[in-house]
Amino acid sequence: MNIRHHLDDATLLAFAAGSLSEGMSLLVASHIDRCTDCQTRLQQAEAVGGALLEELAPVALAPGALEQVLALLDTDAGKPEARPAAPAPVQYADIPAPLAPYLKKSLDELDWRTLVPGVRQFDLRLGGPGATRLLRIAPGLSVPHHGHRGNEMTLILRGSYSDELGRFQAGDVADLDEQISHQPISDSGEDCICLIATDAPLRFSGLMGRLVQPFIGL
Amino acid sequence: MATVIPLFRKAPPVKEEWSACLAALGQTRDRADYARLFEHFAPRVKAYLVRLGMTPANADELAQEALLSVWRKAHMFDPAKANASTWIFRLARNLCIDRMRREKLQFYDIDIDYDAPDPDERHGGEQAILATRMAESIRALPEAQAQVLYLSYYEGRSHSEIAQAIGIPLGSVKSRLRLGFDKLKQLWGESS
Repeated sequence: MNIRHHLDDATLLAFAAGSLSEGMSLLVASHIDRCTDCQTRLQQAEAVGGALLEELAPVALAPGALEQVLALLDTDAGKPEARPAAPAPVQYADIPAPLAPYLKKSLDELDWRTLVPGVRQFDLRLGGPGATRLLRIAPGLSVPHHGHRGNEMTLILRGSYSDELGRFQAGDVADLDEQISHQPISDSGEDCICLIATDAPLRFSGLMGRLVQPFIGL
Repeated sequence: MATVIPLFRKAPPVKEEWSACLAALGQTRDRADYARLFEHFAPRVKAYLVRLGMTPANADELAQEALLSVWRKAHMFDPAKANASTWIFRLARNLCIDRMRREKLQFYDIDIDYDAPDPDERHGGEQAILATRMAESIRALPEAQAQVLYLSYYEGRSHSEIAQAIGIPLGSVKSRLRLGFDKLKQLWGESS
């Protein structure tokens, strides 16, 4: 896969630290699954976590903690774990492995809901602040111009779009924060399907955007 | 503006011995080796969990669970791919995320050693040396960069929360993280 747009270092650090929301973690894991460049940087970010672990002032456990665990070592609870089997082959080429258990079917079989003509969504309903959803945009259509109060990450699964930042194709990720305002346009012959995770509501700027916001609820 | 947290007190002991100890444990399953690892890492894992917001009692329990996992997975530890503290950090973090979220998402595990021969055998001690140099570099970071790294990893704060806590814009939190990480990444460039 020829990936041109990658995760921000700040995002990888938050992922390594375990401080991203479930939806954003899912999106990051889905990109990393197919991006060797970001895999390497994640290893580096995790090594930062390991080094920091050594720096923490130790806090003693309750007395007897070691003995309790030692007593478990020879029981079933202490049995060595089997090495995990190699991951199952991907069922659908356009669904990254970490995303597959959330969808359980192909992109075309999902229960898409029309937001406005040409734009459909599938909400993953993960709860928590922000939202995690798939958006499906017909060729030539655009999402209204908008900015972000927090972070917005978009991972392209199928098709492509262009905006002020460039052209994004399958596997590419757009990792945006409150300083970026953009208007993506679906720009290939097929629907553009992307996974979008936000940690705060988007801010639509134009009149059209403000009118549709309550209905799209992005 | 909150006061800057004093971060790193003194040089930690060299970690190569812990990686060697963990690798040996995977082969021998020696209880004395295990007890040494437990004594060193369990109180650090507990400190980490308490900082993430767990009560001391829950942190005790989860630290024990993490260290029991160390015993159960030690044969999968490969010192060529990670050092002991990174491996244990990742284990504790994943347990903590599971506990807090009970989620379906499998945390992406990059060093996972699938049941297949590894064609790319690498030189062993490299990771441990790197860890020592990394700890030194983290201590050498400007306070402002070290602080955001620390808040992100050890208080589990999101970037927006860090921005609020220390009273700087979200963009500045991210640029400090990037700057700090850039410096640390140069280590990999130099060591390979």
